[in-house]
Amino acid sequence: MNFVTAGYQLAPVLPELVLAIGAMALLMLGAYRGQGTTGAVTSLAVVLLVVVGVLEYMLPAGKQVTFGGSFIVDDFARFMKILALIGSAVTLVLSTEFLSDPSRRIFEYAILVLLSTLGMMVLISAGDLISLYLGLELMSLALYVVAASNRDNAKSTEAGLKYFVLGALSSGMLLYGASLIYGFTGTVSFTGIAAVATVSNVGLMFGLVFLLVGLCFKVSAVPFHMWTPDVYEGAPTPVTAFFASAPKVAALAVFTRVTLTAFPGIVSQWQQILVFVSIASMALGSFAAIGQSNIKRLMAYSSIGHMGFALVGLASGTVEGAQGVLMYIVIYVAMTLGSFSIILAMRRNGQAVEQISDFAGLSRTNPLLAFMFAMLLFSLAGIPPLAGFFAKWYVFVAAIKANLFTLAVVGVLTSVVGCYYYLSIVKTMYFDEPAGQVDPVRVEVKTVLAVFGMFNILFALFAGPVVSVASAAAKSLF
Amino acid sequence: MITWPILSVTTFLPLVGALIVYLSRGDDEAAQRNSRWIALWTTLITFAVSVILVMRFDAGNPDFQFVEKANWLATGITYHMGVDGISLPLVILTTAVMPFCIIASWKAITRRVREYMMAFLILETLMIGTFSALDLVLFYLFFEGGLIPMFLIIGVWGGPRRVYASFKFFLYTLLGSVLMLLAIMALYWNGGTTDIPTLMHTAVPRNLQTWAWLAFFASFAVKMPMWPVHTWLPDAHVEAPTAGSVVLAAIMLKMGGYGFLRFSLPMFPLASHDFAPLMFTLSAIAIVYTSLVALMQEDMKKLIAYSSVAHMGFVTMGIFAGTMQGVAGGVFQMISHGIVSGALFLCVGVVYDRLHTREIAAYGGLVNRMPLYALTFMVFTMANVGLPGTSGFVGEFMTLLGTFKVSIPTAFFATFGVILSAAYALWLYRKVVFGALVKPSLASMKDLTFRECLTLFPMIALTILFGVYPKPVLDMSAASVQQLVNNYNTAVTAVKAAALLQ
Repeated sequence: MNFVTAGYQLAPVLPELVLAIGAMALLMLGAYRGQGTTGAVTSLAVVLLVVVGVLEYMLPAGKQVTFGGSFIVDDFARFMKILALIGSAVTLVLSTEFLSDPSRRIFEYAILVLLSTLGMMVLISAGDLISLYLGLELMSLALYVVAASNRDNAKSTEAGLKYFVLGALSSGMLLYGASLIYGFTGTVSFTGIAAVATVSNVGLMFGLVFLLVGLCFKVSAVPFHMWTPDVYEGAPTPVTAFFASAPKVAALAVFTRVTLTAFPGIVSQWQQILVFVSIASMALGSFAAIGQSNIKRLMAYSSIGHMGFALVGLASGTVEGAQGVLMYIVIYVAMTLGSFSIILAMRRNGQAVEQISDFAGLSRTNPLLAFMFAMLLFSLAGIPPLAGFFAKWYVFVAAIKANLFTLAVVGVLTSVVGCYYYLSIVKTMYFDEPAGQVDPVRVEVKTVLAVFGMFNILFALFAGPVVSVASAAAKSLF
Repeated sequence: MITWPILSVTTFLPLVGALIVYLSRGDDEAAQRNSRWIALWTTLITFAVSVILVMRFDAGNPDFQFVEKANWLATGITYHMGVDGISLPLVILTTAVMPFCIIASWKAITRRVREYMMAFLILETLMIGTFSALDLVLFYLFFEGGLIPMFLIIGVWGGPRRVYASFKFFLYTLLGSVLMLLAIMALYWNGGTTDIPTLMHTAVPRNLQTWAWLAFFASFAVKMPMWPVHTWLPDAHVEAPTAGSVVLAAIMLKMGGYGFLRFSLPMFPLASHDFAPLMFTLSAIAIVYTSLVALMQEDMKKLIAYSSVAHMGFVTMGIFAGTMQGVAGGVFQMISHGIVSGALFLCVGVVYDRLHTREIAAYGGLVNRMPLYALTFMVFTMANVGLPGTSGFVGEFMTLLGTFKVSIPTAFFATFGVILSAAYALWLYRKVVFGALVKPSLASMKDLTFRECLTLFPMIALTILFGVYPKPVLDMSAASVQQLVNNYNTAVTAVKAAALLQ
């Protein structure tokens, strides 16, 4: 049997293989040694993710395709995968405190994160609809369980269940769309679809719409965002940080790849869908967040809005747009992980506090934490010279080039509305009277905060190289 | 000749000072004193460095000088700094006013002094950067970045309605600016770069000119502020601490005028010409209307805030007249107003520190207890009125002169502003300073302290110096203004000639 033929090398999937085997090995370790190994498994999982990231980085440059076109490794995939790996690794680091509680010593947590990350990597590299679905389900199934990992907490369980039911529904829609696309184009591979789908017909349109619905659900874009606030609020905070970072990277990556490589012939068709979705997401993300009092729920609406901004880039359907998406997601992940490390750091008398009013006067009880958070919030609002401004610059500059003026104007106006609630948190921290001391911040949370906080503040200094890398990655799609 | 990046040093020196203040830990009395002194020295050294700029500046050269260029973002967006005759006076104004702000806050700010000083130093970096950036993205970075420290200054150290005022200030300004951001992007695709000197020589299609002009207008009109988008200013001024008001009036308002001069006129000359009647109308309304509003104020700071809007009306009127006198007068008026309004806010701060109220009705007869203060206040009141011999007169006279050549009705109505400003300024002065000292709370008022004299007397000197001898400022900006006006007129006449031929 000569399995290793021309289209089936294993070298491009080496990082995925290492991750899969490593995850299984850690599972064995945990299963045979019991829950006492939680700490060790989590640490090893972080090491594993770092190793996989290095392997991914060291893969030979250029585009490689394997498994008959199902699996693509190009600059774009590498970029997104490393970002997703960073998101997962940082989440695990941030989870240390959560897992150290005797009642929550679950080593499976780290394994599930690893498997979910594996799904993300497959998803990012997907070259046809089959591997897309494979990756999506592997990622999502693990996420459903992780959401409910705080087993004794009703809200966490509810979050997991809710996410599962709605996620299953969206998977069904996506699958339905995929089958329609296959039916009307006769192929599942993206390049094959691109060759056939040059004129739109009703069947293909239906398929495309259902496929996009499924993907919109994963990036939590309006009107498929309903699960987000509940899941963000109910899930344990480190898990929320995870949801807000790595899976968003993967979903946005596959969104970009599908639209740009499988349907470049009918840009005008999906463009109008994306324009609507991104306007709706930006508007809802800005307006609905104003009334929130729980910081995690607020971050949920904020992430809905941010996905809307990222989709502005995609809606332009150009290289600049893809570059905008890449820039946006890098900066978004950094801002999100930074913000969640602050939310995790907010503890009083050993209890985590999640209300915005709990941040009152933080600038006097813990000035550094307040300063970092304020900078992150200004950045999320897109105020220069912080990182968030550059994210918005690159998506809107693409939209302007593609003559999507209405989208751009609505986008920047909603960003002003969004600014209001970020400012309200700054106001709570800086203008209000202190609500009491906060506990000392744990060292791993501090480290994560320092890294992403500085990234956010100093981004303008090293923006050039990041732009070049993102630009190269975007070009590899075309 | 220039071996070190003198402009970048001027710009980022305050930032270094802010870092040093940050590193001087502690919250006790000694640490507070340290941060005050560090901030003062930083601003003084920055001023000293900026004086080198003046000395090495070649006033005969209309182009950008002290140019620094470095790679930043790929694809046509660079770190590009430089000043010409229009921006240099504003840079100097910034570096010169900042030490006064620090001294004015010496005793008035007693809590969270370190953070206060850091906010001011960071703000200084951003303001200098705004005036010296030669790349649109870089400009926007500095321009918008200034909102963050100012928001905190108003919100943390402000008066009772500080939250409302700070939010209004931030959101109002941001709303205008995001539209400008989109126009910057459109210009980027039109010219392939955001380099300002390059874009000044890039032809912009008529249609894009109109839209881009409107977008820039949205930003600068709010910043300026012009009627009817000036309503954030009185709130922000009233609630801000004294030094915050000074920075706001003396420097931040100038960013709008600078923007019109740097972008609207050179990059969109045709749109500027088309919209000049709109600008004239808004300016004339601003001058007359806000002067009338100022007559009705009961709060000293609010009165000065409204008078600022009126005086900025002269600036926009002069700039869009597009004549040599109008534009040069606009530049001069900005500098003069920077000194005079800053000093007026300092004067209000002096009595506010003693009595903790800005109600005009709470004062009266101060001349009996504070003769020195009465004299100082009088000089600035007269400068505000535009009395010949003070710097206020030169700017108003030149802008009116320049506008008269272009639009007589505008000049006619704007001249009423001079009369009205005399009415409200003298009314304020009479209510506060003259009369019998009957209110018991005023009986123990002390005259100016040494520290207050230190902030106010140099400004008196400058006001009178520029009033009788405005040449230094006018000479510095003359060549650049001449080039700006020539290019503007050439572009406009070319289009008119083309239209006639058809």
